[in-house]
Amino acid sequence: MYVAVKGGERAIANAHRLLEHERRGDRNVPEIGTEQIDQQLSLAVDRVMSEGSLYDRGLAALAIKQARGDLIEAIFLIRAYRTTLPRFGFSQPLDTGRMAIRRRISSTYKDLPGGQVLGPTFDYTHRLLDFALAAEGDPAAPVTAPVDTEAHFPRVTDLIAQDDLIERNPPADPAKPVGDLTREPLAFPADRDLRLQNLARGDEGFLLALGYSTQRGYGRNHPFVGEIRMGEVEVEFEIPELGLTVSLGEVTLTECQMVNQFKGSLTEPAKFTRGYGLSFGHCERRAMSMSLVDRALRADELGEERKSPAQDEEFVLSHSDNIQATGFVEHLKLPHYVDFQAELALLRQMRREFTARNSDHHPEAAE
Amino acid sequence: MSRTAENYRGYNFAYLDEQTKRMIRRAILKAIAIPGYQVPFASREMPMPYGWGTGGVQVTAAILGPSDVLKVIDQGADDTTNAVSIRQFFEKTAGVETTTETEKATVIQTRHRIPEAKLQGHQVLVYQVPIPEPLRFLEPRETETRTLHALAEYGLMHVRLYEDIAQHGHIAKTYDYPVLVAHRYVMAPSPIPKFDNPKMHESAALQLFGAGREKRIYAIPPHTKVVSLDFEDHPFEATKFEQPCALCGATDSYLDEVITDDKGGRMFVCSDTHHCESRRAEGHVGRLGTPAAPVTEAAE
Repeated sequence: MYVAVKGGERAIANAHRLLEHERRGDRNVPEIGTEQIDQQLSLAVDRVMSEGSLYDRGLAALAIKQARGDLIEAIFLIRAYRTTLPRFGFSQPLDTGRMAIRRRISSTYKDLPGGQVLGPTFDYTHRLLDFALAAEGDPAAPVTAPVDTEAHFPRVTDLIAQDDLIERNPPADPAKPVGDLTREPLAFPADRDLRLQNLARGDEGFLLALGYSTQRGYGRNHPFVGEIRMGEVEVEFEIPELGLTVSLGEVTLTECQMVNQFKGSLTEPAKFTRGYGLSFGHCERRAMSMSLVDRALRADELGEERKSPAQDEEFVLSHSDNIQATGFVEHLKLPHYVDFQAELALLRQMRREFTARNSDHHPEAAE
Repeated sequence: MSRTAENYRGYNFAYLDEQTKRMIRRAILKAIAIPGYQVPFASREMPMPYGWGTGGVQVTAAILGPSDVLKVIDQGADDTTNAVSIRQFFEKTAGVETTTETEKATVIQTRHRIPEAKLQGHQVLVYQVPIPEPLRFLEPRETETRTLHALAEYGLMHVRLYEDIAQHGHIAKTYDYPVLVAHRYVMAPSPIPKFDNPKMHESAALQLFGAGREKRIYAIPPHTKVVSLDFEDHPFEATKFEQPCALCGATDSYLDEVITDDKGGRMFVCSDTHHCESRRAEGHVGRLGTPAAPVTEAAE
């Protein structure tokens, strides 16, 4: 006697309970706190905030804890939370030129106004496991220098622009509001504002691979790191009812301006062009990758031949979102037996027909 | 909303805020006005993964009212894990009554099947759709496929079906079999088996299709002509089964194959669990079944 499988409801509840248990791990080991994640796994928090499109360190840390360190799962938690939040307006455009710099480097100039500021970076560390850290790490206090509040860090791209050697930033058009792909479905071709929004929340691994591919000849655009800067920028919000602008606080940002070659055209002299990358927190790899891909996606605008994946807007924008990607890939875990049954029936029919056909033609040699 | 669970407190009825529901309802109205046309909508991130029914869930959330009775099926069954999960979601966030009985439901959300029982005019069938574009695997670009639909240029699809006939002697498409809706748009019926295609034709129930990840909603209004694509000399044929359901003896339902041992033993049972259960309650018994509730006589 056959009894159909039942009890999905209880199985789900029990699976979730087991998951909670596994998340906690050995209860003799102290539980990790969200402050610890925020402070000591801060780059993971930065990535979750960036791809989750929500600047909230506490919530990102909570999501990482709840997701057992699975960052895509944590990003998903943040996205699902973010989408329920009311929108009460838009901030003023951020001015990264007024950033309180913690790191700023340029690979196009040896020295420049404001200087090169290395800041906290893995660059030039030797990747040797620090076994002492396994016990505990109580590092020496950092070396400090007096803060020069008058110090000015002009953006490298603004310096080059003074000679008209690089394209200028397109002026803002107040009649054309900035798009938002979380409120309006993305349509193709997409304008650069939407492309940048898509890339800014895109999967770091995907952006990295695409950016890398442009360096290996799949949509090459001869990049130089004009500048990478990381630090705090004030977010300002205009309250129309009161007619004044208030500060909402500051966010940590990483900005990358890639400077790329442009050979010129019949109507335009040769000049440098730009690829732009921006990320919450300290996420240099994603800001750099984003700027490479942004520049590659401008192929049409700059009259370049479009033949590589990184230049293909529909391909890039449709597959950059890791929450969409992981959902659709992982949905293959769901039951598909109805469709599989239909395929089984067809396969059996085709094999029957194949056998019949072959035995007709070679009656004595039938398999 | 007394049944609203602790962790859903603070969310609106049926989870989505009213502004979002209004946006989705507008898309649904447009979809009904242009049968088979894929309406882009600002799909939201839902608390379940893309590909797991976020489109269907958003459509259901937008049309659900407190007096609705909801049924959720996956592969025709009410007790598959994802159907259970989605049903619980609406029990928690909307507190609506849920049912497994097709006849009692006013809204039925489904993945991969259309119930066997004929649907009525007061019912809405909401499909979860993974890939809404019937031309997607012929042409990957959205810019291209939208143009093809605008021009009603469906030659590609006919060539693809013809190639099957040339190669295999028949159309080798068994699910998500393309249909022409109201003489105008070629539409993907979602991955339902082609066995179910005829049920869409002139159905009394409103049929809504939600694709969350792809951000599209489309519809078949009640009593609309829905024709499975075919050729005069190769007419559409729904899948037929060679044996009845082993539990209830039904000969007119879609069957799942169940492997019963490791020696090639297998049986075929209704994929629509409610259909099977109600037939057994009526006293129908299949080869391997036992009669349900009112015990009459023991089967083999």
